[in-house]
Amino acid sequence: MAGRLMMESGPITGPVVTDATAGETALRSPDLSGVPAKPNPAADELGGTFWRRFAFRRPLAALILQRLGLSVGLLFAVSLMIFGGIEALPGDFATTYLGQSATPQAVENIREDLGLDRPWSERYLSWLGGAVQGDFGTSWASRNSVSEQIGNRLGNSLFLAFFAALISVPLAVGLGMLAVQFRNRLPDKIINVISLAAISLPEFFIGYLLIMFFAVKWGVATFPATVYDSMGFTERLSAIALPVATLVLVVLAHMMRMTRAAILNVMSSAYVETAELKGLGTFRIIARHAAPNAVAPVINVIALNLAYLVVGVVVVEVVFVYPGMGQYMVDAVTVRDMPVVQACGLIFAAFYIFLNMAADILAILANPRLRHPR
Amino acid sequence: MSDYKDYLARQVMLGKMNRREFLGRAAALGIAASTANTLFASSAAAQEPKRGGHLKLGLEGAAATDSRDPAKALSQFMFVVGRNWGDMLVESHPTTGEPVPALAESWEPSADAATWTFTIRKGVKFHDGKELTIDDVIKTLQRHTDEKSESGALGVMKSIKEIKADGDKLVLTLTEGNADLPLLLTDYHLIIQPNGGTDNPDAMIGTGPYKVASFEPGVRATFERNADDWRTDRGYVDSVELIAMNDATARIAALSSGQVHFINRVDPKTVNLLKKAPTVEILNTSGRGHYVFIMHCNTAPFDNNDLRMALKYAMDRETLVQRILGGYGKVGNDFPINDTYALFPEGIEQRAYDPDKAAFHYKKSGHSGPVLLRTSDVAFPGAVDAAVLYQASAKKAGIEIEVKREPGDGYWSNVWNVQPFSTSYWGGRPTQDQMYSTAYLSTADWNDTRFKRPDFDKILLEARSELDEAKRKDMYHTMAMMVRDEGGLILPMFNDFVNAAGKTVKGYVHDIGNDMSNGYVATRVWLDA
Repeated sequence: MAGRLMMESGPITGPVVTDATAGETALRSPDLSGVPAKPNPAADELGGTFWRRFAFRRPLAALILQRLGLSVGLLFAVSLMIFGGIEALPGDFATTYLGQSATPQAVENIREDLGLDRPWSERYLSWLGGAVQGDFGTSWASRNSVSEQIGNRLGNSLFLAFFAALISVPLAVGLGMLAVQFRNRLPDKIINVISLAAISLPEFFIGYLLIMFFAVKWGVATFPATVYDSMGFTERLSAIALPVATLVLVVLAHMMRMTRAAILNVMSSAYVETAELKGLGTFRIIARHAAPNAVAPVINVIALNLAYLVVGVVVVEVVFVYPGMGQYMVDAVTVRDMPVVQACGLIFAAFYIFLNMAADILAILANPRLRHPR
Repeated sequence: MSDYKDYLARQVMLGKMNRREFLGRAAALGIAASTANTLFASSAAAQEPKRGGHLKLGLEGAAATDSRDPAKALSQFMFVVGRNWGDMLVESHPTTGEPVPALAESWEPSADAATWTFTIRKGVKFHDGKELTIDDVIKTLQRHTDEKSESGALGVMKSIKEIKADGDKLVLTLTEGNADLPLLLTDYHLIIQPNGGTDNPDAMIGTGPYKVASFEPGVRATFERNADDWRTDRGYVDSVELIAMNDATARIAALSSGQVHFINRVDPKTVNLLKKAPTVEILNTSGRGHYVFIMHCNTAPFDNNDLRMALKYAMDRETLVQRILGGYGKVGNDFPINDTYALFPEGIEQRAYDPDKAAFHYKKSGHSGPVLLRTSDVAFPGAVDAAVLYQASAKKAGIEIEVKREPGDGYWSNVWNVQPFSTSYWGGRPTQDQMYSTAYLSTADWNDTRFKRPDFDKILLEARSELDEAKRKDMYHTMAMMVRDEGGLILPMFNDFVNAAGKTVKGYVHDIGNDMSNGYVATRVWLDA
C-alpha cells in the first residue's frame, strides 16, 4: 500500500525525477565499481578491464547484468527485513493461531512441532536455503505447500492485473495524448476533472459504488468475483468485470496525467517549435516527435502502476471477494504464518524490482542518448 | 402489523404454534377467521420441507490458513464446513440445549457420573462407503485426548481418563464425575472420522449429510448431498456452496442482489438498513456469547470489592444493548450465564445503572484518580464505542475512566488476560459447568478475572458430579451470586447471533447452541423457489 500512498500524495513529477536518476546511476555505476580511485593493476588485469570493455561495447547487456545482480542482493535484504519485521511483531504464531481457544498445552505442542524454540537466525537460514531452491516450505497454519498455494493465488492476481493493464494502459496514454491535443479546451478539461475525481475517491468506495449500481440495482454484473479452478474462461471474465473496472479507474488518472505532463514538457522544446514552423499538424507533432521523447517518464509511471496492480490490490480483493495474493498474505500476517508471509513478501519485492528494471531498460531503448553516459 | 403476521406464520412453520393458538392471535389482530384459516393452512404447508436446489452462503471468518483437519478448525467458516460433512456422537437440542442422540444412540452414566456407556449407532456409512465401527469412534476420541495433539477440544477432553470398547459399547472413564459429559461430546472438533482420522486427518470424510466436492481454503467450499445419509430429516438441498466473504459490505451486497441465500455476522450498525430490503429477512437468535469488561481481582486498584461494585453500578447496560448491539441482544447481570442454559438460576435481581450506588461504593473504596480501561475493536464489534459510552455513564457517578485504545494486532496476547482492566468477548459454552471451569475456577487456564476462591471451586466440583437437577440448580445459583457480587466481571450484554437470509430460505432453526443455527444452517434449511 505504501506505493499507492506515494502515488496519491506525492507531486505528479515526483516519480520521474526519482526514476530518471535511478536509471542514470545504474548507467554510471559500472565505471564507479570497476575503477577504484587508485588503479589496482591486478584487478585491472583480471576483471576490471574486461568488465569496462564489456560495459563499453555492450552497454545494454552490462546494464541488465548489473541490475540483475543488484536485484538478487535487494531480494536478500528484503527477506531479512520481512523476517525481522515479523519477529518484532507482538504475539507469535502459536498463541495468535489458537486465539482465545488455546490451552497452554496446545500452544506448547505447536511451538515444539514447528521448532519455534530455535533461535531466529537458524530458522532464517534454513528457510532461505529452501527458498533459493524454489521451495517455500509448508504453511504453518494449513500445513500445505506454500509454493503450490501461491501458484494458484498468483495466477489469479496476474489474471486480474493483466486485464486491468490491458485496458488501462492504452486508454491512459491515448487520453493523455488527446488531452494535449485539446490543451485547455473542453475535452482536456473533462478528462482532467473525471480523472481527478477518480483518483480522489478511495478504491473501496469506487468498488462499492460499482457493486451498488451494477450488481445490486441493475443486476447486470457478476458479484462476488470469486473465481475457482473449475470455472470456464468466459465465466472468469464476467466475474472479474467489476474489479477490473475499479482498478482501471484507480490507476488510469495517474498514468494519463503523467503522459499529458511529459508530452507538454517536450512540446516547449526547440525541435517541436521547428516542427510547428515546418507546418506539421498538431497530432502528427505529438505522435511522431513529442511522444517518443516523453516516453521515459511515462514508462516509469506505467511500471509503478503495473506493480501496484499485482501487489497493491488488497482492498479491491477484499471488497470483491477475489482470491488473490493480497488476501492470501493478509490472512497469513494475521496469524503470523511466517513461511507464507515471507514467500509473498519476496514475490512482491521481485515484482517491483523486475518492473522497475524493465522500465529503466525500456527507457534507454527509447532514448539511445542515455546509453553512453558522459 | 404485517410484521407480526409474518411472525405468527413463521411460528406455525416452525411447528411452535398450533391452530387454536394461531387463530386466537390472528383474531386479536383483526384478521377474519376465513383469512386466518387460509393463512394457517399455507403456513403449515410451508412447514413441509422441500428437497432440491443449490444453496449459496456468504460467510465471514474464512482464511487461507484454514486447516482441513477438524481438530484444528477455528473459524466460523470451518465450523459450518465441519457440520456439513461430519457428525459428532451427540448433538444438542436446538431450543432446550439438552443432549440428543447423533452417532451415539443412547448413553448411561454410572451413579457417580464418572463412567459413561454409549451405544454406537449401527448401519452408518462414511462417505467412502466404509461402515462406522466402534473402533473409529475410539480412535477419534483418542486423537483428541492425546496430550500431544493440537486439537481445539483438548481442554474439553482432558478429563477423560480411559476410552475403551465393551463389546459393541463405548465406555468412557473420567478422572472425576461429570454429569455433562454428553454435552461435551457435542464439541464441533469431535467429528467422527474413519480410523479416527489418524491416517489422513485432512481427508474430510465423515458421516454427514453432505460430501465435500471441493475446498479452497479462504475462498470457497462446495458440497454434494450424501445419498447414503443415515438421517432423513436434514440435508434438503442438493448442493451447498460456501463462499468466503470477510467484508461486511460485500456480504450485504451479495445477499441483497440475490447472489447468495444466507449471510452471517450482520453488523448491528447496518442491520436496520438491511431490514428495509423486501427480499431479506433478519435472523437473530439469542445466544450465550457475551461482551465483557474484565477486572483482575488480585491487582490494585481492582482488588477492592467496593471499587469493583462501583464500576459495576456505573455501567449503563440498556444503552449499550441499544447502541452497540442495535437492540439485538439482552442485558447481562454480571455472571456469564443466561436463560439459554439448562438449570439457569432464576430469581436473581437484574443489576441496573445506578450512579448513586456507584458513587457510594466508589467513595467507600477510597480510590481516587482515573481508572485505566484498555480496549480495541477486536475485543468485540463496537468495543471502543462501548468503552466511551461507559466512560460517559461512569462520569455521572463521579468515576473517571481513561479509555486507552490498543492495537488490534496482538490484543489477545498482550492485553486480554494480561492487563488488569480490559474489554473482551466470550463465546458461550454448552454447559454452565464448562463456562465456569474455563474462566472462573481458580486453576483455570483462562481465569481472566483472576477470580480465585476455594469455596467457589468446591461447589463447582460438587455440582459437576451431581446428578440431582434440583440440587445442581441450587449450587449454580450460589455460584452465580458469588461471581456477580464479588467477581471481577462486568457483563453488560449477551449478544444475539445476527444473520440474514433471502425469503426463499425456509426452515431456519433458531438454535441457542451457537451461531448460524449452531453451524447446521446448510443442513437444516430448504429452498422455496
